[in-house]
Amino acid sequence: MTTATSVIGGRQIAWDRRRRALAAFWRRYRKDRSGMIGLVILVVMILVALAAPLLASSRGLNPGLATYPANAVPALRYPLGTDSDGRSVLTELIWGSRISLLIGFAATFLSMVIGAIIGIVAGHFGTLRNWFGPQTDNVLMRITDWFLVIPFLPLAIVLARTLGPSLHVIIFVIGITSWPGTARIIRAQALAVETRPYLERSRALGAGHWHQMSKHVLPNVMPLLLANTILTVAGTILSETTLSFLGLGDPTRASWGEILNAAFNSGVGTGNALWLVAPGVAIILVVMAFTLVGHTLEAALNPKLRER
Amino acid sequence: MLDGALAAAQELREEEAGAANGGTGLGLVRLLSVKVVSALITLFFVIVFNFFLFRVLPADPARNLVRGSTLTASQMAVINRTFGVGLPLPRQFWNYLAQTFQGHLGISFQFHIPVASVIGAALWPTILLVGSSTVLSTIIGVWIGIRAGWDRGSTFDRTSTAICNTLYAMPDFWLGMVLLIVFASKWAIFPAGGMHSFGGGSTGFASVSDLLWHLTLPAVVLTLVYLAEYSLVMRSSLIDELGSDYLLTARAKGLRDAMVRRRHAVPNALLPSITLIMLNLGFVISGAITTETVFSWPGLGLASYNALNYPDYPVLEGAFLLFSAAVIAANLVADLLLTVFDPRVRQA
Amino acid sequence: MALLELRDLTVTYRTEGGPVPAVRGVNLTVDTGQTLGLAGESGCGKSTIAASILRLLPTSAKVTGEILIDGDDVLKMSWGKLRAVRWAGASIIFQGAMHSLNPVQKISKQIAEPILLHSPDTTPTQASKRVAELLGQVGLPVSRADSYPHELSGGQKQRVMIAMALACRPNLIIADEPTTALDVMIQAQVLDLISALVRDHGIGLIMISHDLSVLADTCDRLAVMYAGKIVEEGPAHQVFTDARHPYAEALAWAFPVIGDPRTRLSPRGLPGDPPDPADVPSGCSFHNRCAVAEDQCSTRDMELWPAGERRLAACVRVLEAAEGESGRPFVANEEKATGEGVLG
Repeated sequence: MTTATSVIGGRQIAWDRRRRALAAFWRRYRKDRSGMIGLVILVVMILVALAAPLLASSRGLNPGLATYPANAVPALRYPLGTDSDGRSVLTELIWGSRISLLIGFAATFLSMVIGAIIGIVAGHFGTLRNWFGPQTDNVLMRITDWFLVIPFLPLAIVLARTLGPSLHVIIFVIGITSWPGTARIIRAQALAVETRPYLERSRALGAGHWHQMSKHVLPNVMPLLLANTILTVAGTILSETTLSFLGLGDPTRASWGEILNAAFNSGVGTGNALWLVAPGVAIILVVMAFTLVGHTLEAALNPKLRER
Repeated sequence: MLDGALAAAQELREEEAGAANGGTGLGLVRLLSVKVVSALITLFFVIVFNFFLFRVLPADPARNLVRGSTLTASQMAVINRTFGVGLPLPRQFWNYLAQTFQGHLGISFQFHIPVASVIGAALWPTILLVGSSTVLSTIIGVWIGIRAGWDRGSTFDRTSTAICNTLYAMPDFWLGMVLLIVFASKWAIFPAGGMHSFGGGSTGFASVSDLLWHLTLPAVVLTLVYLAEYSLVMRSSLIDELGSDYLLTARAKGLRDAMVRRRHAVPNALLPSITLIMLNLGFVISGAITTETVFSWPGLGLASYNALNYPDYPVLEGAFLLFSAAVIAANLVADLLLTVFDPRVRQA
Repeated sequence: MALLELRDLTVTYRTEGGPVPAVRGVNLTVDTGQTLGLAGESGCGKSTIAASILRLLPTSAKVTGEILIDGDDVLKMSWGKLRAVRWAGASIIFQGAMHSLNPVQKISKQIAEPILLHSPDTTPTQASKRVAELLGQVGLPVSRADSYPHELSGGQKQRVMIAMALACRPNLIIADEPTTALDVMIQAQVLDLISALVRDHGIGLIMISHDLSVLADTCDRLAVMYAGKIVEEGPAHQVFTDARHPYAEALAWAFPVIGDPRTRLSPRGLPGDPPDPADVPSGCSFHNRCAVAEDQCSTRDMELWPAGERRLAACVRVLEAAEGESGRPFVANEEKATGEGVLG
C-alpha cells in the first residue's frame, strides 16, 4: 500500500538531497574570490565565442577581402591594428576564440573519456581478488606510465605530421596524449571508493562489473573528474597553441595559436606588435581562468585543499 | 635560503650515505636494477612505436615518406632497399631494430646525410641551453617556492605565486617573441637569434662572450618558464608539510624558525617535489623545441622544427627517439634519487 | 618556589566565528618531583594548557595570565631565553608519536638534536653516548638507534619520544596523552616507565589524559578540567574514589572496575555532550548535564572552594557540606570510599 508512494518519495528525497548539496557547494565556491574572477572571465570568453558572428563579420577573416592597410597601428575601425594581410586583429581574435575553445573542449572531452574509463576499470579490477583483475590493472597502468614518460610535444609532432593537418587530427592527437594524468587520478579515487562497504554489499547481491562501475564508482568519482576536466582544458588549449604555432594546425581554421604562427612567420618585430601580443594575452587570460576555476572547484569539493 | 635547500639536501645525502651501509644492501641493488630494466623496456616500446608509425600507418611507406620531394630513380631504389619495402613485416622490424641499435637512424631527406650526423651536430647547443636553464630555474625556483610556502600569505608569497601562475599560463614561445621585440628589435641589446655572430670572435674569450650574448635571451625565457613550475610545486609541497606534528616537536626543542624549516620541513617537502617534477619532465623538452624555433638556436629543437616543415621523417623519427630517451633517462635518475633519499621508499 | 605555576591562565583563540575561550582562568602548581594529572574530555582545554607552557600555541591564540617556570614568566621571556628554556628547562612528550617524529631522519639524530642545540660544546661521540644511555633508560636496544620512525612500532616510537624528552635533563616534563594511541599492554609498560624515570630523576611531571584511572595510578595530585576551567583538584586517589564535583565523579565512574558488579549493573553515563567552547553555559558550566543541579547553579559564578585537606572543588555542594548540612554530595561515594570487597 505504501510501497508505491515510498518509492516516489525516495527518489524525491534523493533529488532534494542533491539540490541541497549543490547549493552548499555553490556557497563554498562563491567564497573564493579568485575562483569567481576566473568564472566570470570564462563565461565572457564563451559568450564572445558563441556570439562571434554578431560581434565581427566573418568576411573580415578573408585575406582577399581585406581592405584595411597592412600592419597598421590601432585605429577606430580596427582597435587592435591589422595583420600583414590587412585583416583586423580584433576580428581574428574573436573568431579565433571559437576554434581555440572548441579544440580545447573537444580534446579534453576525448581525453577525459579515455582517462576515466581506464582509471575506473583499472581501479575496479585492481581490487578484485583473482588473478585476472590485478593483472588488468597492472597492464593498464603500464600503458599509462608509458604515455606519461614520453615527452608530449615530440609525440604530438610525430603523430600530427603523419596524420595530416586538420582540426580533427589536432583534437585526436591532443586527446590521445593527455589522458594519462586523468587516468592516474581517477584510478586512485576509484581504489578509494572500492574499499567502501556498499561496494562489497552490491557484489554480494550479485551486481556485475558494469553495474558496480557505472552505478557506484562513477558517481563517486564524478566530482573529482569534473574538477580535473576544467584543469585539463587549460593544458589542452596551451598544447593546441603550441602545435598550431609549429605549423601542425589547420590553417583554414585560425585559432589563436594559428594567429601567432602567422605573426611569427611574417617576421617578429616587423609591423604591428599587437598582432603578436593580443592573442598571447587572450590565451593567458583563458588558461588562467580555467586554472582558477579548476582549483576552486577542487577546493570546494575537498575541504582539505582549501588553505592553499 | 638557497643554501638552506642545498644544505638540507647535503645533510640528507650524508645521512643516507651512512644508511646505505646499514640498509639492506642487496635489496637496494635489486630495487634499482628493476627500475633500470623498466626504463629500458619503455625505451624499447618507443622504438617499436616509431617503427609502426612511419612504416606501417601510411599505405606505401616509401612514396609517402618522400612526399613533396623529387627523387631520382636510384635514390628511390636506395630508399626502398633501406626501408625494406616489399619485405615481410617482421623482417622489416628486425632490420629496423638492428639498425637502430647500431646507431644507424636513417638518412635525412633534407640534407642527404645520416640522421645521426644531423642530430649529433644539434646536440651540444640544446644541452647548453636546456642545461643552463634547468640549473638556474631549479635553484631559483626551489628557493622562491620554499620562501613563499613558509611565509604563506605574505606579500612575497602572493606576488610570487601570481607571477608564477601567469608564467605558467603563458605560451613559452610567446614570451620569447615578446622579449625579442623588446630587447632585440626595439632596443637592440641582444641579438635577434642564432648562436654566433658572423665574424664574431672565433676563439677564446671573445668567442665565449659572443656565445653568452646569444644565449641570454633564450635562456631567460626557458628559465622563467621552468621556474614557474618548480616554484609552485615546491611551495605546495612545503605547505603540505606545514601542519605536521614533527615540526611542533622541532619547535618545542628550541630550534629557531629557520632551523625548523631547513632541517625538518624542507627535506620532507623536497621528496614529493621531486616526484611531481619528474612527472612533468616532458615539458622541459617542449620548451626547448619552441624556444629554439623562436630564437633560431641551432639545437635539436630547431632541427625538429625544420624537419617538421620539410617534412624530413627520418630526422623527426630520430629526434623523437632521442627526446624520449632523454626524458626516460631523466625520469630514471629522479626515481633512483628518490629511492636513495627517502628511507620509507626503500622498504618497498 | 614551585617548579611550575600557572596563574590565572586564559587562552582565547581568534577564529572566523569570533573569539573562542579555550582556557578560562586556570591556576595550577607543580613542585619538583611531584606528578600532577590533568584530566578531562576532548575540548576541555587541557592540551591547550600543555602547549601554552612553552608558548607553542599558534599565533591566533591570545594568552594572558602568568606561566612561571622556576619563577620566570614564560609569557614575558625574550625569544632567546624561551628557546633556551624549551627542552632544557621543560620538555614535552606529545600524543600520537606516530607523526611527532621526522619521518626522514634517524631517531638517533632526532634524540641528539636538542643535546647538540643546548650544549653546543658536545662532541659527536659524547652525543652518541648520551643517546645510547637514553635508549637504555627507556628500554630500547641500542641497535635501534639508526632506525627510522616508520621502522618502529607505536610503543617503540613513544619510548623514543620519552628518551628525547629526557635528553637535556629537564626539571619538568609535560606528557600530553602519552598512552592514548597504544594498546593496553603497552600502555601499562609506558606508564610504568614514565613513573620510574620521574622518580629516579626527581623530575616534575604534568600528565594529561582523559583516562582518570590511569592518572589516579600514576600521579600524586589530580586536577579535573571542564569547559576550560578546573573543577576539582586534590590528591589523586581521593579525587578518583571520592570526587566532590559531580563531573569528576561521573568521569571517575566512566571507567568501570572489572569484576565489580555494581559498575556492571548500573552504568553511569553522562547525558549530553561537553559544551562548545564558544558557547559555554552560564554559572556553573556543568549545570545543564548535572544530576544534582540546583537553581543557583545556573546563575552563580563558581570558584574553587576548599573541599577537604588540600582539596578544592568548584561545586556549591561543597560549600553546603562545609556549612554543616548533612550528607555528602553522593551516597554512592560512600560505597566506593569504604572499599567494600568486590564480591561483598
